[in-house]
Order: sequence, then C-alpha cells, then structure tokens
Amino acid sequence: MSKNAVKEKKTSKKTKTKKEELVPIFIMGKKYEVPPSLTIQKAMEYAGYQLVRGCGCRGGICGACGTVYRFPNSYRIEVGLACQTVVEPNMYITQIPFFPANKATYNIEKLEPTGSTVMALYPEIFKCVGCGTCTRSCPMDIDVMEYISLAIRGDIAGAAELSFDCVMCGLCAARCPAEEAQYNIGILTRRLYGRHIASKAKHLEKAVKAVKNTQVEKGLKKLMKMDLTSLRKVYNEREIEPDMAEEFWEPEDKKYIVVE
Amino acid sequence: MAYTPELKKLIKIVEKTRPERVEKKKRGEEFKAMSLKEREDILKYHPDFKEEGRSEIKVGPNRGYRIAEEMVSLLHAKSRVDPALIDLSNPDYETDVLIIGGGGAGTAAALMAREQKVKVLIATKLRHGDANTMMAEGGIQAAIKNEKDSPYYHYLDALGGGHFKNDPGLVYTLVNEAPEVMAWLEKLGAMFTKYDDGRLKALHGGGTSRKRMHYAGDITGAEIMRTIRDEARNYPNDIKVLEFSPAVELILNDKGACAGAVLYNLETEEYIIVKAKATVMSTGGSGRLHIQEFMTTNHYGATGDGLIMGYRAGVPIKFLHTVQYHPTGVVFPEQAEGLLITEKFRAAGANVLNIDGEQFVYEREPRDVEASTFIRECTVRKKGIPTPTGMFGVWLDSPMIDLLKGEGTVRREFPGKWILFHRYGIDITREPMLVYPTLHYQNGGLEINNKGETVVPGFIVGGEVSGGLHGENRLMGNSLLDVMVYGRIAGLTAANYAKKKFKDGKMTLGHVAKYHKALKDAGVKVGNRIAPMILPDYSNPEVREKQLTTRYLGTLR
Repeated sequence: MSKNAVKEKKTSKKTKTKKEELVPIFIMGKKYEVPPSLTIQKAMEYAGYQLVRGCGCRGGICGACGTVYRFPNSYRIEVGLACQTVVEPNMYITQIPFFPANKATYNIEKLEPTGSTVMALYPEIFKCVGCGTCTRSCPMDIDVMEYISLAIRGDIAGAAELSFDCVMCGLCAARCPAEEAQYNIGILTRRLYGRHIASKAKHLEKAVKAVKNTQVEKGLKKLMKMDLTSLRKVYNEREIEPDMAEEFWEPEDKKYIVVE
Repeated sequence: MAYTPELKKLIKIVEKTRPERVEKKKRGEEFKAMSLKEREDILKYHPDFKEEGRSEIKVGPNRGYRIAEEMVSLLHAKSRVDPALIDLSNPDYETDVLIIGGGGAGTAAALMAREQKVKVLIATKLRHGDANTMMAEGGIQAAIKNEKDSPYYHYLDALGGGHFKNDPGLVYTLVNEAPEVMAWLEKLGAMFTKYDDGRLKALHGGGTSRKRMHYAGDITGAEIMRTIRDEARNYPNDIKVLEFSPAVELILNDKGACAGAVLYNLETEEYIIVKAKATVMSTGGSGRLHIQEFMTTNHYGATGDGLIMGYRAGVPIKFLHTVQYHPTGVVFPEQAEGLLITEKFRAAGANVLNIDGEQFVYEREPRDVEASTFIRECTVRKKGIPTPTGMFGVWLDSPMIDLLKGEGTVRREFPGKWILFHRYGIDITREPMLVYPTLHYQNGGLEINNKGETVVPGFIVGGEVSGGLHGENRLMGNSLLDVMVYGRIAGLTAANYAKKKFKDGKMTLGHVAKYHKALKDAGVKVGNRIAPMILPDYSNPEVREKQLTTRYLGTLR
C-alpha cells in the first residue's frame, strides 16, 4: 500500500517540531509548548501526560474529556471536549473527568411522564435560579437551562428532544449553583419520552410473535445447510428493496414473508 | 481548519456535477453494483491481503494461523504480572457473575443476569460506557417489518457480507433474536427515530436487501449505551461497577473452569482478585492496535485485551485474519482523523466521488469491497483528493441529502456529525466531507456457540471480542445487534451457569505459567513484550528521553 494511504498514528513521530512553530498552553497552570494544530487531548499527550482519566472515545461522544479553560486578560470560562477542541495560544486548561452528581434510581415502567415525576426524583430542580451557567458550560451547545425548564413545566417530550445530543460529560453539574445534575435529569426525560410518550411501534409486537414462523424456519434451516454454490445463487437472486422505494414497498417474492 | 483554498477549488468541481447526480438518484439510477466475482477481485486492494503485515502464531489452539502482526505480537507476550506473585487465597471480591468490559454487550449481560437474581460485578477499563458501542452511529438491523422482510432475508444478507463463512448457528440466533431486542430497547425508553404513528424508520446499509437499519439520529450507539447504562445504574445493589479496573488475566480453577479474573486498578496500581461463579468477557475491539498503521474509529481502550486473556486460557480464535476497515473515516481536518462517518450518509443518498467529482463505485457495497475501491481509486488510479497532511481521500457528498430529502435533513438526521464539523468551520450541509478507510471493526475473535459458551466452562463471551458470527466481514447494523443479542445471551448463560452448573474449586493461574512455558518452548523471543496492552502508547519520544527514572510496563507508566 502506498505511503499516502497510511498515516502515522502518533503525531509526535513526525519530523521533530521546530521550536518556532510551537505555541504555549498552560495545563493546570504549568506552561508547555505544543504544536498549534493539536487538540487539547493530543497536546496533553505531547506534553507528556499519559491519559487515564479524561480520555474515552476520542471522538466527541462519550463525555469523558470535559475540559474548562480560560485565556489571560479574560474572566470568561470556556468549555470544550478535549478530544475535539484545538489548542489556542495561552489557553489555561484543566479537565474535569469526574464530578459527584446525584442520580436517582427508578423503575421506568412505573413512572408517569410528567413534571411531577422529574421533581419527585430530582427535587433540587426547584433550586434552579435560571442563571444559565449550565447552558454556557455545555460543550455540545445544548440549551441546558431550557430543557430543565421544559422538564419543570412538564414538557417531557420537549426536554427529551432538546437534551438529545447530551454526552453526559458532567460539566453542567460541576458548575451548577443549584447542585443539579442536569444530565441525569436529561436522560430521565429521554427515557420517559421513549417509554411512555412516543407512539409504540405496533409492528414490533407482530415481529416478535412472527419469529419461529414455520415457513421462515424451514427457509432458514435450508439456508443453514445449503452448499456454497446454491447459497451464492440464492443470494444473487434475492430481491433488493429499491433505495428510493416508499415505506410500504412490498417484494414480489413472499415465500418467506409472514403474511397475517 | 475549514477547507483550504485548494480544497475549496476542488469542491467547486463537485458542485458542478451535483445537479445531474441528484437527478440520477431521483430516477433511481445507481452506479452499477458489483457481481460476487467482481467483489472478490477488488478485495486484493484490501489491507487484509498484504502478506507482509502478517505473522504466524506459534503457540496455543491456533498455532500456525497467520494474522496481523500487531495481534500476534500481543499473543507472543508475557503476562503483566508474574503469576507466582499473586495470592489467590483471599479474593478481594466475590460475586456470581463477573463481567469484563462495560460496553453494550457487558451492560446488556448485566441487566439480563440481574433479572435472573444473581449478583453482578462489572469491571471496566475506563468509565462505564466508554466503549465502541458509544461511538456506533448508523443503526441496528432487525427484520421487524413483516410485510416486506423476515429473518430469512436478514440471514442471507449477513452471510453474503461475511463471504458465506459465518457460523450458521450464530447468525440464525442473531436474526431471530433481533425483534425481541428492538422491543426490549423500546421498552427501556430508547429514542429510536420513528414516524408519527410509531413505526420505526429504517434505511439500507451496505449489502442489505431490505431497509432494516433502525436508528436514533446519527448516534444510535450512544442512545442505546446511554439508555442501558442508565438502567444498570438503577440497580446499584445488584450491579456493581468497578471503573478504571481492567482485567489482566483470567483465573481458572483446578476443574479447568473459569473462576474469575485478576483486575488492575489503573489509579492505585494494585492487582485485585475477583472470584466469580461465571465470567463474561465483553472487552470489545482492537482498533487501537493501529493495524498496518491505520487510523481508527475505535475508543481509547480498544486494545484487544479479551483476545489475549481468552487465548491464554485455551479458547480458540476465528476470523482474525480479516479486520474491517470502515470505508468512510474522516481525513480532514487532521484533528478529527480516523473518526467514523456513518454509512448512513451513503444510505441517505450521498455519492462517493473522486477528484473529478465523479462516482467510481456503487455506494452500498459491503464494507470491505467499498473500502478496497477507495484504496484503489487513490493509490492506483491516482484520482484521490490530496490533503495538506499528505493523506488522500475521496469526497462524500453530504449536501446531496438535503437536495434529495428536503432542507434540514442533514441537521436533523446527523446532529452528531453536523456539530463535529461545525466546530472546525465546515458546514456539511453545504460542503462535502473528505473520507478514507479507517480501521474499524474486529470481524473475528474468541470462538463461541450460540449460547455464548466457550470451551472453558464458566467462561462466556459476547460482542465484538467474539468470532464466527460475522464471518469475514460484518454488515453495518449487525454489530449493535450483536452486542445486544449476544450480550443478553451471555448474561443469561452466565446467570444460569452460576445458579446451576457452578462447582467450586481451587483457583489457579497455572494456565498462564503454562503459556509462558509454551512461548519459551516454541522459541518465541518475548523480550519485554507485555499483554494485554490496556492502553495504546501515544507518548512523545522527546518526553520519554527525559523520563530518566520512569519505568514503563508495556505501554503503561
């Protein structure tokens, strides 16, 4: 395979970075010079940290690498995921890989999808002062305060939809003066929505019942014993649902379709 | 990190060919799909077929098997700790079911085991939920629309994708359990994308004959993982979770059954003994081994640990000679390199294009075929798009999707990727993405039957670390299904074993000493190689030169 197809997995294996090209960042107050194209995560590794906490999927979805940072001469506190945020000169960084947060336990089956449910499980939600710190602390650009206020108002569907992108990094909980764990409230609303509000997929129940249908079973058992040549033939001849077909397309060959 | 002027110029070419390509799509005209023979021919461009990247396993049940040298190097390594140093007489934890790995399969196993009223301990390397499951995007397959689909067709699709080498019994169970899994997830409250009447929306994946890929936005794996993790957290007395405590060795007993595991507390560096009546291995994949130096979509902890521990205990491995490269990994910007761009983009209508803005492959070939054509287009036909870092890629024309399905579709259906690129100054509703194959999935692994059992009694395996289900190539949407089906099965089998079949015995690490001896007898030069790897080495050589008194054991300080 040509060199072009392959990429060095370690950025530090590249040609030794010239001093002039490096930029200063401050990891928990200590200055390190790093290449300007690195993400905070890779910059920490470049600086010599071996990440155990604060590193997970490295792809922006698991929430392990919540990071807060500032710049000199600015009081503003910024947030980001270390794996997705590129360093800027003079960033003052720390990670918050863990924050003790309240999680209620519940049986989702027995709950009503209402504001009262949320408030009973997370009464601290009443302490919300509407400061918006949670929204400003969210590295996924979610309007956290809004989904909390929707939850309080009993708009569980609204809270579920608005909180959907949440990676549960915990930065909101770390900074909330009302000591809420917004992300735990979020997952509660999403599960309440999925379980009790969203319309049920009626075809699922039918599909579960249709498993082990005799005709399909016979077909499957036949395939399981089939020789390779015949199997390839059956595979090649199988009907393909067209890409642009409407939802209620039906195949011509219904031999192994369970018709009610 | 927004597109460079050179790349913006090349994007103009894509914009020129787009209107006609959109019309073609609307008419249902696709690039010609490959015949089975053509699929086989193109595979010679696939990285699996590079003999130089392979070496031969010299010990154990699969002696003589030639697989990726990165994996062999770990199989030919010593245990992290000298077994003679470990005191097994006083376990730190005793439980009914020990689950090694807290991803989709492990958490599903925990929930099912708990329902059987056994005590569960999950030992996980990083945070509970930090796993490849969290990163899966496109969807989960299930034949649940009876008017047009059935497990029969699902089975056929899986076999075709796997080059007909899949274990028939494993696939049979997978496709038949799929409807139950979807019903279970819906009941737990997972927010799958639905029509207003509740009908689950579905798309095609590579190699599917029916649209049965169900999804939750473009973060299906995250939605499933968040949901089942939350459920597991609702039972803190029944399901205990030890985070940052990877297993480093299985413990057997004098009856040859699995008796638990040795864990390593990553923070205190202590070795911890867990005694368990049944053990589930669900350690996931091995993308962080960076096979053939490919970038990877996998999470930080995907270092194939379970393979090593299982193999040392005598469990054979299957289909590790093939590794799945996801065709569309991010190649620009550099900071997001290797990240997964879900197949769902292609399922939703986006074309794959070369530097001339033209199609060169049917977008829905199975992954190994698709990846091979991208590699050929860039390295042989030289029609790839060059990036500032010297890598090449091909275009994935996401703006087409809004033109085909209505404005706002991309933002609605792909919120995860929209925000990821948005942070880098790229609007994927207006500009195409640049992609190239990235190391993605371990097609094979430890051998199991359709109850998740292995040749070692009391040692049950489920999820990506197992082998046989996907044959030589996994279809999109069958991995999330795999972890749910075989995770649940592993939990049930383990619970049943713990309750009915377990017989106490004397714990031993003799198999590890035997393995070390076998390495010696086979003339393997182990050197200071250690396995399992636990975390990949991303250290800076300039820093290491100054670490005068630091000791590294394998990759860990």
